[in-house]
Amino acid sequence: MSNWEILWSARDQFWRGFFSTMEIFGLSISAAFAIGCGMLYLLEGSRPRLTVPLRVFIDGMRMLPFLILAYLLYYGLPAFDVRLDAWWSGVGALAVYHGCYFAEIFRGARLTFPPGQVEAAKAHGFTKGKMFFRLILPQIVMQTRPLLGNQLIYALKDTAFLVIITVQELTAAANSLSGTYFIPTEAFIVVIGFYWVVSVVMEIIIKQCGRFSAKRGFDNV
Amino acid sequence: MFEKNTSEQTASEKTVPDDAARTDRTAVSIRHLSKSFDGVEVLRDVDLEVREGDVVTILGSSGSGKSTLLRCINWLEQPDSGSIHIGGQRIGVNDAGRPMPVRELAQVRARTGMVFQSFNLWPHLNVLHNVTEAPIYVLGKSKAEAEAHARELLEKVGMSAKANAYPSTLSGGQKQRVAIARALAMQPEVMLFDEPTSALDPELVGEVLAVIKDLSAEGYTMIIVTHEMAFSRAVSDKVVFLDKGLIIEQADPETFFTNPSTERVRKFLEREVI
Repeated sequence: MSNWEILWSARDQFWRGFFSTMEIFGLSISAAFAIGCGMLYLLEGSRPRLTVPLRVFIDGMRMLPFLILAYLLYYGLPAFDVRLDAWWSGVGALAVYHGCYFAEIFRGARLTFPPGQVEAAKAHGFTKGKMFFRLILPQIVMQTRPLLGNQLIYALKDTAFLVIITVQELTAAANSLSGTYFIPTEAFIVVIGFYWVVSVVMEIIIKQCGRFSAKRGFDNV
Repeated sequence: MFEKNTSEQTASEKTVPDDAARTDRTAVSIRHLSKSFDGVEVLRDVDLEVREGDVVTILGSSGSGKSTLLRCINWLEQPDSGSIHIGGQRIGVNDAGRPMPVRELAQVRARTGMVFQSFNLWPHLNVLHNVTEAPIYVLGKSKAEAEAHARELLEKVGMSAKANAYPSTLSGGQKQRVAIARALAMQPEVMLFDEPTSALDPELVGEVLAVIKDLSAEGYTMIIVTHEMAFSRAVSDKVVFLDKGLIIEQADPETFFTNPSTERVRKFLEREVI
């Protein structure tokens, strides 16, 4: 039986790992997007008591290796009587970590947002919340589309780190098969294929979204 | 070109006669308004009354405080002192003399419509949605009602054929006409125009001025900051001249342009081709 045949016979294990990865990725990236939007909203205006700690938190997260954060949530929190299982620790770490990256991407775009549009919104009686969610955020998201696409791929790849805290995802499946049958090369080549396919699909989706943005004059990015 | 009240105007251009539209009620009242930026006084003790249905144009050289005065009216700039009332309601400060809560300020602002020099359309929304956005999300109108009104306004400014276009595909003049429709959609008590033609190619100025002229014929209360002298003369009920933050002359257009009372205005007009 060749190594490839062994892997084919164990394909269910790959599929379970793949669906687990996609579940973790989908949930954590959705939460990260919401966190990024929420942070951007809180950074609106000039309230230093709120914005300074938030900026410190965002920068702190960006300067932290993801693996350390995952370790902290899984192994560190029990010291404070907070116990999360591996799966939720992983999702939480990914959501917070990439949420901060989203916030920073959005913040950069917000700095160059045309102030005239905000004035027009104020002049038409918009309050802060409606102005943000109806007028500012949609444009920020369209403008930062390529950076968001990059971040999605980073987040997908970061799910592989969760094998370290025993999350049973795609890399864990390859790791397990590699250990059981001692076929590391083929097992990890299969995993690479999975990550590539998902990344390519995401790239295509982001490009399609680009048409939506380009129609509205956001094709300069 | 911009004759007011001439027999050449069609019935559709003058759906409401000027005299009927104009009342003695005050639309905007500005008292002792002062504003400075970094210690530089931009407005000094400005008083101005605008009656309902009046068209007031504000003239003056660059840096005289024209735009700042206009932006104070809807509190985009916060004056240092003085008061502004729109339709009898004070803006920016509540009855107790405290800064107005944000929500209340937004409501008073919505009683004015502002048209900016650089249009400031929202590029992610098409023309129709630019016009319906504030009526739906600020005034709470239904989508159907807002769209029906928006289509009427786009027809009025000659932009109904572009209802589904996005701002990036429009010319400057078209953008400004959409911006006018967007402001009108709020059914404002007073329209504020901040140099509405300054960012336009000379060829496109006429189409925007024609729309504003139509609005004046319909009896809209308007305050217009402009450098277009002929337009100001044709459309105004009152011309105000600002110099170094002071109103040094305000008069009806004929008096202002033919017999100004100050040397400063006389010199200013000499430099302009009317």
